[in-house]
Amino acid sequence: MPDSVKLTVNGVAVAAPAGAMVSTAVAMAGANAFRRSVSGEPRGPLCGMGICFECRVTIDGRAHCRSCQVVCREGMEVRTDG
Amino acid sequence: MADRAFGVVVVGAGPAGLTAACRAAECGKRVAMLDDNPQAGGQIWRGASPQAAAWMRRAERLEVEWISGARVFDAPAPQTLAVETFDGEFRVGYGSLILATGARERFLPFPGWTLPNAMGAGALQALAKSGLPLAGKRVVIAGSGPLLLAVADYMKAHGVDVRAIAEQAPQAAITRFAMRLAGHPGKLMQAIALRAGLLGVPYRTSCWPVSAQGKDRIESVTLRNAAGRTWTEACDYLACGFGLVPNLELAALLGCRIASARVEVDDQQQTAIAGVYAAGEATGIGGLELSLVEGEIAGYSAGGNVDRAQALFATRASHRRFAQALEAAFALRPELRSLPQPGTIVCRCEDVSFERVRACANWREAKLHTRCGMGPCQGRICGPSVEFLLGWGAESVRPPVFPARIGSLSR
Amino acid sequence: MGNSFDVAIAGGGIVGAACAEECAASGLKVVVVEPGPVGGGATAAGMGHIVVMDDSPAQIALTNYSRSLWMARAQEFPGDVEYVAAGTLWVAADEEEMAEVRRKLDVYHSIGVRASVLDARDIAKEEPNLRPGLAGGLLVPDDAVVYPPCAARYQLERARQNGAVLRIGESAASLSGAGIKLRDGTLLSAGITVNATGAWAPELTPGIEVRKRKGHLVITERYPGWVRHQLVELGYLKSAHSTTEDSVAFNVQPRKTGQLLIGSSRQFGAEHREIDHHMLVRMLARAQEYMPGLAQLSAIRSWTGFRAATPDKLPLIGPCPGDERLYVATGHEGLGITTSMATGKLVAALILGQTPAIPAALYLPGRKQEAHA
Repeated sequence: MPDSVKLTVNGVAVAAPAGAMVSTAVAMAGANAFRRSVSGEPRGPLCGMGICFECRVTIDGRAHCRSCQVVCREGMEVRTDG
Repeated sequence: MADRAFGVVVVGAGPAGLTAACRAAECGKRVAMLDDNPQAGGQIWRGASPQAAAWMRRAERLEVEWISGARVFDAPAPQTLAVETFDGEFRVGYGSLILATGARERFLPFPGWTLPNAMGAGALQALAKSGLPLAGKRVVIAGSGPLLLAVADYMKAHGVDVRAIAEQAPQAAITRFAMRLAGHPGKLMQAIALRAGLLGVPYRTSCWPVSAQGKDRIESVTLRNAAGRTWTEACDYLACGFGLVPNLELAALLGCRIASARVEVDDQQQTAIAGVYAAGEATGIGGLELSLVEGEIAGYSAGGNVDRAQALFATRASHRRFAQALEAAFALRPELRSLPQPGTIVCRCEDVSFERVRACANWREAKLHTRCGMGPCQGRICGPSVEFLLGWGAESVRPPVFPARIGSLSR
Repeated sequence: MGNSFDVAIAGGGIVGAACAEECAASGLKVVVVEPGPVGGGATAAGMGHIVVMDDSPAQIALTNYSRSLWMARAQEFPGDVEYVAAGTLWVAADEEEMAEVRRKLDVYHSIGVRASVLDARDIAKEEPNLRPGLAGGLLVPDDAVVYPPCAARYQLERARQNGAVLRIGESAASLSGAGIKLRDGTLLSAGITVNATGAWAPELTPGIEVRKRKGHLVITERYPGWVRHQLVELGYLKSAHSTTEDSVAFNVQPRKTGQLLIGSSRQFGAEHREIDHHMLVRMLARAQEYMPGLAQLSAIRSWTGFRAATPDKLPLIGPCPGDERLYVATGHEGLGITTSMATGKLVAALILGQTPAIPAALYLPGRKQEAHA
């Protein structure tokens, strides 16, 4: 079992620790804003447990995924709002 | 209608759920345990927790069916739950149901609280345990409750530069609480050890955040104390939560009786609905030990072993007294009602400001006219804060109790 | 202030609000009684679809007139009313329904309503998320969508600016041609009283032939651009028609927020507000037949509401046969949002003894009502 998992965040390659959540990968990629709010504010995780929906990103084309509850998988393509 | 059926289904694999599942299985029941996280342990036993691991090994030996990444979103038929996973969905039938849905943090809005890297206290710890690298980062911990100390302890142990802990409760209340801990020697030693480990970190009582600053993410937080002194701490992260509130939505959907923001249960941990039990923080915030013993009682009760359940009543009563002391000590002070400015966002899903919400007569009007509480969090974040700020109680619950795919809803 | 008015209106939903706005603008002294919140009844469960509906000549006349009133004010509304000229796209699944499309086209053109036919290729291009293999459709570009609770609130605010008194948070215990008596005993006396309480109208005015017709709705997360127009299957009218059967019809709306609003369902005899799972499943299954991709979209909320249904599918607008001072304005079934503006105009005209823009006789409570199957 490899120690790290390779995925991309907004096209940038990230090596996340095995078992890490996608939220970790997004933070490691240096993206501050996981999503933009209704009025355009940058937002990131608030609750850490899949309730607040502030950590939403697009994973492999599927929108509105809660990144704090999805484990990184090899080859995942993650997109944030900015 | 159900794809699979079990004698006992446990919703939530935190401390209460784990103990409940194991005890019910020991009674000979076929048990399934569901949790929406990839690993068991809930919030408090996240990451490589030895306690969670021990209970999981027990559960495995007892052949408890462990279903991770599974979120219950509906109860579409009697004794049936609808569950969604990342890629699919299924229906599970139960003879008895044990709700161990735990708690979430209470957030209070203040200017700048929506900046990235400002989050809950438990939240920052959860993210750290999920891999977020925090070593060397400057963190301010604020809000209320013993959770702040636990988070600070973890952070220090992992090389985080904890700049300050700001607890809104007054020192006198904390001291009274600590004195009551004398009745619980284990907890007293725990508390002393925590404080000792945090030497060097300023722990300020009667202190709370009034605003956070930063451009694209948090860069500093301004704190104030009851005497009116304010000062600003530079930081990379703000870990701020004002206590815990129980997760009650599934219990409400099932028709359980809920009062004072907790599911009402009898001595057997059974709710108003026959065959539906509740244990842990959902029956009232009470901490780890209370969750564990309530889980055991619920598991024995659902498993039909009245004697074993009864044998734990005294322990539960003792831990309940601790829970009551906890609630009294960390009650939220009225000054916190002035935290939000008129323009401060209260509903983060729909970007609704405090002044717009406050202009409404009640929750229903606020929802219809401002869309506050109508976003994907279904009022879980703004609900407790609006309740504290304006006194509005939560409304009735409809499916789905978590957002769910239309394909899952329409089975 | 006093408790004497020209017009007392029970009900602060979209219809009561339109009546209040029109009467106040005409110089009448108006009071509105609403237990609250404004627009909290069927108005909050409507799809907010402003549409010219051709079930009957009377219905076309009312919806067309009312839609033109909405269109004339499109620029006036504040942002939270979310008025968007999204247009309606009536979807034809087969050649039989395409024949219906062409029939509708002629009807619309004959009354000056812009409409155009889309063939199979056009409709696939226009709405890529519709399933392949549809025959085509009819696009009615001037139909619109709004967010009804805020529209009702806006109209009541306009009424207030013209001197109307809003008694929000208070309930009518009884009403008659003499006025409205509140729960606390206060009598709001009025020259004319209007019962605009929707499906609950018979409780205050026994004998009104209005029945509750329950509907379900689901709203999704934000998926901007996933749907462009309000999409309605041509079988919708069959569903709205039945007076006995439970039914569903494909009906999906793009909200200005980017969320999708999914309807529609109809039930008689269901008086409880809770979700009926079998109806929800049927409604969503029907929607996915037309838009399979819906299966993957995230639904964040479901809710129900009660339409006010009459035997002949037309609303009741005007004085009661037994008492000229007692008006009703209810029974709008699934067209309350569309026809609210026209209802307001008709009510005001009847009260003032003026000639309304369209003949009012077709909607008067005293008319002979034949139940259609």
